[in-house]
Amino acid sequence: MTLAMQPRERAVPESGQTTAGSVRAAAPQLPEVRMPRHLLSAADLDRPTAEHVLSTAQRIEQAMAGREVRKLPTLRGRTVVNLFYEDSTRTRISFELAAKRLSADVINFSAKGSSVSKGESLKDTAWTLQAMGADAVVCRHSSSGAPQQLSAWVDGHVINAGDGTHEHPTQALLDAYTLRRHLGSLDGRRIVVVGDVLHSRVARSNVLLLSTLGAEVTLVAPPTLLPVGVTSWPAAVSYDLDSALVGADAVMMLRVQRERMSGAFFPTEREYSRSYGLDSRRRELIAEHGIVLHPGPMNRGMEITPQVADGAGSVIVEQVANGVTVRMAVLYLLLSGEMDNTATATDSAGGLA
Amino acid sequence: MSTSMGGKPRPVLIRGAAPYGEQAQDLLLAGGVIAAVGAQAATDPRAADAETVDGAGFVVLPGLVDLHTHLREPGREDAETVETGSRAAALGGYTAVFAMPNTDPTADTAGVVEQVYRMGREVGLVDVHPIGAVTVGRKGERLAELAAMAYSAARVRVFSDDGDCVSDPLLMRRALEYVKAFDGVIAQHAQEPRLTQGAQMHEGIVSARLGMAGWPAVAEEAIIARDCLLTDHVGSRLHVCHLSAAGSVDVVAAAKKRGTTVTAEVTPHHLLLTDERAVGYDPVFKVNPPLRTASDIGALRQALADGVIDIVATDHAPHASQDKETEWDNASPGMLGLQTALSVVIETMVRPGLLDWRGVARVMSEAPARIGGLADQGRPLAVGEPASLVLIDPQALWTVDPDALASLSRNTPYAGMQLPGRVVATYLRGRSTVSAAALVGG
Repeated sequence: MTLAMQPRERAVPESGQTTAGSVRAAAPQLPEVRMPRHLLSAADLDRPTAEHVLSTAQRIEQAMAGREVRKLPTLRGRTVVNLFYEDSTRTRISFELAAKRLSADVINFSAKGSSVSKGESLKDTAWTLQAMGADAVVCRHSSSGAPQQLSAWVDGHVINAGDGTHEHPTQALLDAYTLRRHLGSLDGRRIVVVGDVLHSRVARSNVLLLSTLGAEVTLVAPPTLLPVGVTSWPAAVSYDLDSALVGADAVMMLRVQRERMSGAFFPTEREYSRSYGLDSRRRELIAEHGIVLHPGPMNRGMEITPQVADGAGSVIVEQVANGVTVRMAVLYLLLSGEMDNTATATDSAGGLA
Repeated sequence: MSTSMGGKPRPVLIRGAAPYGEQAQDLLLAGGVIAAVGAQAATDPRAADAETVDGAGFVVLPGLVDLHTHLREPGREDAETVETGSRAAALGGYTAVFAMPNTDPTADTAGVVEQVYRMGREVGLVDVHPIGAVTVGRKGERLAELAAMAYSAARVRVFSDDGDCVSDPLLMRRALEYVKAFDGVIAQHAQEPRLTQGAQMHEGIVSARLGMAGWPAVAEEAIIARDCLLTDHVGSRLHVCHLSAAGSVDVVAAAKKRGTTVTAEVTPHHLLLTDERAVGYDPVFKVNPPLRTASDIGALRQALADGVIDIVATDHAPHASQDKETEWDNASPGMLGLQTALSVVIETMVRPGLLDWRGVARVMSEAPARIGGLADQGRPLAVGEPASLVLIDPQALWTVDPDALASLSRNTPYAGMQLPGRVVATYLRGRSTVSAAALVGG
């Protein structure tokens, strides 16, 4: 299949490895790219593969730019199921939009109002989706590991859209994509991740992916919100936000869940905010070109002040837009491998409709 | 009543087997006891009509005794019954098992323990000794009628809220004191509940990576330390269930050194498997206490060899497939163990030279019988002693097939694993329960 999402003569900035105009043409030139069958963890992506996903997202963004009909025919006839066991409007909408912009059929299967609420097991649900022929299952679940278990029970590709306190690999990809847009290569870039690392799937995926891409990650949190095994992670750890921020290329603030209060992880919101919140004074400590990220939804006034969230160098809104693009790239790369035999006619005819 | 209970068993002459893996000799089993040993066995008049069993190359040990089994009946007969659990036990070389009280209804009254005891006798493959709950409904609020259970037909001596810790220190003190009246023992599931809220696996490097709530070793160590001190204070007897952490070994060793009457058990899975098994999120590896690290395993093996840990107990915990084939958080903790325990002990203790066969007899038969107050189990292989024994082929290798196990459930963590040692025959008071590695009449 030829994706043909952009004119052939158009160069692809930053990707380095290819100037070919189609994703398909690029793939054989990168024998080291090993797209996994499922995207369950950021650790599933080695550096060439992660960079391939990001450069594919970049080409998708270019192909979409300025189009009247913001849709590519690439996944026509494919079915993507959004299997959400946990409320997450923004992630679900992002995946839904990504799949629809690739012309896939999208089914939203949420735990509420489905057989799941009647007590159907994950395995039975998996078999149901399997019987209905889901090509990809995007799974959000409150239990760590549920998407991995699911991947053993379905033939389709499973994308982890956030599992418990484990991982959220597409969030890390969109963060890396956003960082690269502003900072270029991440080699040697200092990125500070601040907040509830213990319970954060965003932090786990980002530590893995950003270190794979060559960045130096520093985690900052009160000791109660760091896992006991954090010393084995490819990241530095600090309890002092001010010193960690000095000269940093980017700072990523994590959401602090209100329910952590009851677990006595810190004494009061006010004390947390004072020690680990990002305000205008701290914002000045990072490098001049530095940027501020937040996976959302934000607790304004808690981990980040409105002035910083809405101020210069904040890329929080851009992260949302990039999320759709990166998820399109992931869906495309996971699903395209098996489409080569079948979709040629469609694509040569359809091209960029 | 099953056929195995009826009639007098025919005498058995075991030829050329090695008691405790030592000098090979003949054993004659007759009248429910070991009637003769050595040269006298074959010439004994009772050997004339005996069934002869070729024991060449086999090791003979006293029948194994499991101080920690879940038989699930009454209440969860879809996971295991007294009958299926007894089969698994006999095939695993056991002649006695202690059944944990976390059934439905809870075994916290004389009525329920007598029911379990009676079911065990009717099946007749192993002696089933019920363990009584310490507190009503295992809720940790008030003592169950411990004396009523002790003086029932089931003669309960071991009490435990296993699955839950008797965490209230005052209640634990009272329980330890109260059972002194009938030489009972409290078998504590050592787990500080506040330190383990929502815990899913060992807290460490792997749990940090997998994003699962950690079960810190200190939650076990702290309770063991407290209970040892309480035991000293009231002069009672404490047994620590399924000790899993190196730190717990240190606490027990220190207590024993100062004279605390404490005994401790380790499970086969804690001697072999680490928390790395949780990678992949297959809940067959979810167990409580959790699998820990390689250094914990090293400390547990050494402690078992040194006698700091007294016994191996299976914590055989059958679970229906729907309770295991689910999200890790939702899955029930526990693993099958009765048919694999001896092999795992051979793999982890005998083969590395940490334990000889006398040692295996000590930790899997003699000591558990003594702790559980059984006079007729875990006895020496000597003339006049009960003929409850197991014949083992130490050279055999077998591959664990969950579907081939006698348990109703399939949750073995050893599926596909090759393990050494096979139970060839089991005798309960002279009656063959397992022959040629298969159930007799089964």
